[in-house]
Amino acid sequence: MRYESPTNTREAVALMAGAKGDAYLLAGGTDLLVRMRGEFIDPDLVVDIKRIPGILEIRNTASGFSIGAGVPCGALGRDKALVRHWPGVVESAQLIGSDQIQGRCTIAGNLCNASPAADSVPALVAARAKAVVVGPGGRRRVAVEDIVTGPGTTSLGKGDIVMAIVLPKRPPKSGDAYLRFIPRTEMDIAVCSAGVSLTLGPRNVVKQARVALGAVAPTVVLVPKAARAIVGTRLEDDALMKLAAACEAACSPIDDKRGTVEFRTEVAGVLARRAAAIAYDRARGKR
Amino acid sequence: MKGIAVSTTVNGDAVDFVCDGRETLLDVLRNHLGLIGAKEGCGTGDCGACSVMFDGQLVCSCLVLGAEAEGREIETVEGMADGDKLHPLQKRFLEKAALQCGVCTPGFLVAAKALLDRNDNPSESEIRYALAGNLCRCTGYDKIVRAVSAAAGDLRRQQKAAARRKAG
Repeated sequence: MRYESPTNTREAVALMAGAKGDAYLLAGGTDLLVRMRGEFIDPDLVVDIKRIPGILEIRNTASGFSIGAGVPCGALGRDKALVRHWPGVVESAQLIGSDQIQGRCTIAGNLCNASPAADSVPALVAARAKAVVVGPGGRRRVAVEDIVTGPGTTSLGKGDIVMAIVLPKRPPKSGDAYLRFIPRTEMDIAVCSAGVSLTLGPRNVVKQARVALGAVAPTVVLVPKAARAIVGTRLEDDALMKLAAACEAACSPIDDKRGTVEFRTEVAGVLARRAAAIAYDRARGKR
Repeated sequence: MKGIAVSTTVNGDAVDFVCDGRETLLDVLRNHLGLIGAKEGCGTGDCGACSVMFDGQLVCSCLVLGAEAEGREIETVEGMADGDKLHPLQKRFLEKAALQCGVCTPGFLVAAKALLDRNDNPSESEIRYALAGNLCRCTGYDKIVRAVSAAAGDLRRQQKAAARRKAG
């Protein structure tokens, strides 16, 4: 196996685009090395992107936050401005694994690993995050929900590299939240999960909302009907019940030892309601 | 197969090694550098027995490639004691019998030190969360938590004494 650690984007793209055998990108490695060790994959080439300048940085610009593809999830929680603007995204990223894993795992990797249960992805989808993709065809921005196409598969082409995840500039009176269900308090994979991001207008009426669910379908699902159920409301009980019903209708989960179809469907609605309530309070400056 | 030449720093010493692209940092530490403190429990980042510091960050060395160590700074359990003088964590682990078989102990020590370096007075709950990535099948964790708490007190007392000496 060949290991390369290019120091610029062009070289990284050329290595991936020109690779003869199986080539994999290495960011935090917390999925890749496990798959190598388990002999699920047998790479001919691994391209470590962490030596590319800027890839380990979180930038706060006029248009929003840009989180480099090599930034470990633990670093998100140490960025005070990011925590203030996107607490839901940060908490979703920080639920992944132990301190050891937090020191390495990345949100770009969490996205590209394409697990339906990826914790950071529902929060990113709710946040209207985009992936900055650089490939043989140049640079483009792709909505996070358009990256994953199914369990373990993405829409990325040969030589495409997600260089950063960008979060849009936050309007005032906005809040987001992410909740997941696991049968213990720490160190587990979501049985189902929900991310909600919303912005309030006059009199604290919800002006815009995005609701995304994890682990209840082959990919994270954006649920526009759930968002519509709370837009124009102040999250009164009937609005929350409609939101939950829309979420349940959007679920098509698997049945396994970690959760039945019925359980995942019902709990996804409950989590979406609770996440919406937290996001609402945050938008009002209450949590 | 052609090896990859790597220059790095381990416990403050400059170290060169040649490794295969597939070898993990844990393989390198144990098989090339003779540092067998870090253990392989699971090899998949679940058990924490291979915990080391990598550029100041607590990591599972089984999830880092050896080649990634180029130019980085690595600290292992072997660098914890000051010559013959054990670190307060090591002393308290012995005193409180916070180990039985000992396979997990180097990982717990490294992870506990990472905690105490950023928080010198952690609550029991903070200790348990910080050590959630380290598994122990012998102790039931209680003695480990007590040892870490006691060591935190030792370190605080040491710091106070040092501050007094400086002031006096």
